[in-house]
Amino acid sequence: MFESLQTKLNAVFEKLASRGRLSEQDVDLALREVRLALLEADVNFKVVKQLVARVRERAVGVEVMQSLTPAQQVVKIVHEELLKTLGEPARLDMSGPAPHVVMLVGLQGSGKTTTAAKLALSLRKSNKRALLVAADTYRPAAVTQLEVLGKQLDIPVHSEGTKISPPEIVRHALQRGREGAYDVVILDTAGRLQISEEMMHELEEIQALAHPQEILLVADAMTGQEAVNVAKGFHERVKLTGLILTKVDGDARGGAAISMREVTGVPIKFLCVGEKTDAIEPFYPDRLASRILGMGDMLSLIEKAGETVDRAAAETMTRKLVKGQFDLEDFLKQLQQIKKMGPLSQLLEMIPGMGRATKDLAPDVTDKQVRRIEAIINSMTIDERRDPHLMNAGRKRRVARGSGTTVPEINDLLNQFRQMQRLMKQMSSGGRGLRGAFSDMFR
Amino acid sequence: MFGLFRKTAAQQAEDDAKIQASLSKTRQGFFGRITTIFQANEVTDETWDELEELLIQADLGINTASQLVAHLRERVQRERLKRVEDVRAVLKDELLKLLAAPPVMTIDEPRLLTVMLIVGVNGSGKTTSIAKLARYYKARGKKVVLAAADTFRAAAIDQIKIWGERTGVEVIAQAPGADPGAVVYDAIRASQETRQAELLIIDTAGRLHTKYNLMKELEKVRAVCARQVHDAPHETLLVLDATTGQNAISQAKHFKEAVQVTGIILTKLDGTAKGGIVFAIEQELGLPVRFVGTGEKADDFAEFEPKAFVDAILD
Repeated sequence: MFESLQTKLNAVFEKLASRGRLSEQDVDLALREVRLALLEADVNFKVVKQLVARVRERAVGVEVMQSLTPAQQVVKIVHEELLKTLGEPARLDMSGPAPHVVMLVGLQGSGKTTTAAKLALSLRKSNKRALLVAADTYRPAAVTQLEVLGKQLDIPVHSEGTKISPPEIVRHALQRGREGAYDVVILDTAGRLQISEEMMHELEEIQALAHPQEILLVADAMTGQEAVNVAKGFHERVKLTGLILTKVDGDARGGAAISMREVTGVPIKFLCVGEKTDAIEPFYPDRLASRILGMGDMLSLIEKAGETVDRAAAETMTRKLVKGQFDLEDFLKQLQQIKKMGPLSQLLEMIPGMGRATKDLAPDVTDKQVRRIEAIINSMTIDERRDPHLMNAGRKRRVARGSGTTVPEINDLLNQFRQMQRLMKQMSSGGRGLRGAFSDMFR
Repeated sequence: MFGLFRKTAAQQAEDDAKIQASLSKTRQGFFGRITTIFQANEVTDETWDELEELLIQADLGINTASQLVAHLRERVQRERLKRVEDVRAVLKDELLKLLAAPPVMTIDEPRLLTVMLIVGVNGSGKTTSIAKLARYYKARGKKVVLAAADTFRAAAIDQIKIWGERTGVEVIAQAPGADPGAVVYDAIRASQETRQAELLIIDTAGRLHTKYNLMKELEKVRAVCARQVHDAPHETLLVLDATTGQNAISQAKHFKEAVQVTGIILTKLDGTAKGGIVFAIEQELGLPVRFVGTGEKADDFAEFEPKAFVDAILD
């Protein structure tokens, strides 16, 4: 559904012969696409307007750098402006005497309770003791939910059922926090609408008595244009100190983050990326910027690879790739490395421009495909793997028998492999993207 | 039997009033401003741009918004409309057209056991919506049973049990971590045999539509329904938070593919967000809105009426 901005801009600029300087006309054409991409990503339209104006100012008349195409040049400027808007990553403020009070606020269903548990767990990893406080007495079983999470993680939870008012619960919890020498007290408040007078007043009350060092707005990454009103509403009543974006593991572009950041000016502190209690990450502006522009999440992929792939082996591989000396044996090794990293579809999503292309592939299909490729290569001799040209009709028949496949399947693999080799050469000499190669491979 | 569960005139009026009331904030907000735009006498290029922006701001999405504006513009020109009132009427007409005429809901059709499957992403409001549905159909004379098939999220079972007590509806549950398919199997058997229920509403765990394994799990739950009861699930409703932006289309698409969603419950309509994405979903995927959640109480709930919805937005 969404195409990467870069692809769209490429199409725009292909029509223009002009090179060198970006003319006003070029920029306006490009900015129309930029505007669409940002709106599709749920960035608030007013924020889009401001951003586009800033990009325009910077882009008109700019000399296109030697190494870049005009499209890349514009994307670069947009990316930089997004980065500026998203701001620097920030950590929890732990200055001053303990216990530090962290209050989580937000709409219903944004993920406050789960986030509270995740925060407590990540604090424990840095040797900080946290006390979770169940101050949501409204939603049925919210208190139980926090208690269950606390028990699972072995983190203490302060709860007093649902009969006592939240400010009162918080008062007791603070005392317990001080007496128990906790480092951090995390307040899980009830979800509320920013326009609900009564509920917002309750938050102010809690704020007045607890003096939280951090008041974090927990917001769903899938939020639409409304994000601006929500952030503004909460910021006006209880001064926010930061944002936490949840459900980032879905396919939402997360443009809401830009909107909220722009209207509040407070930093984004964490991203929640899964249902498991350890699925919370510090915020990296460049990754989110790329994601909002639909450019994939190459950095996360590289990081993931870093966790599983042997660095030296990877470097040898890269050298081979660049020189075009990549053979089937390397290919097999590569496949095995990739398999260690998790389901293929998830990895492909992180590659720029690939996200949407792989959406339709079920992982078991691709993984089955991978197993088949492995079987074929395993049935070849070392010589055949190093030089696929050796594969004549007789050898193909043998390999087909050995791997339980058919000759046409082997031909397919060899063809794809040749294409890939060609592509790698092109890439290393600065050609176009990976998309074609990958979609061919898993057709 | 058939007519018994149809809405009475009084219920209809009550439902309309709820949609009106919950949307009154919208009227003063985004959509209200659309009306203001047309109150200026001359319709200029800027008027159209501004209109498009307002539609975008209501989360209709760039595609739907620009198509709608283009269409409206064309009609206004063709029909030589000058008066702001006429333009407004045409806008209302076009918005209503986007919501089309949805097929009739099949929940009320006479059958031994009707099965309703409720799905959605995390935090969209499934459990609360189920409580409201239970209350809604109980008030209309049905014997309702709930199945607690969200066995994953901490305390989800407790949450639905509390709602069950509050609404006086039986909840069939197993221990946390149990296989949701097994819970559904048991719930259907119990509904058919010991409980003599007419309507079984199944609560499922929230899941992001991009999680392959979790979507497979949901397909399995659906398969269990289909195997146990003829034509089940008779309605599969996707619970959608009205504050959701463009990602709602992706959600609807994936859930539709996996479990043949038949309609939408639009929740949290009591905020300032007004679920304009519903227009895009209806247009792109043909999924009608069936119910709206208009607040936190169990009776803050109404059947969706396209006309009331659009009327409330523009009048």
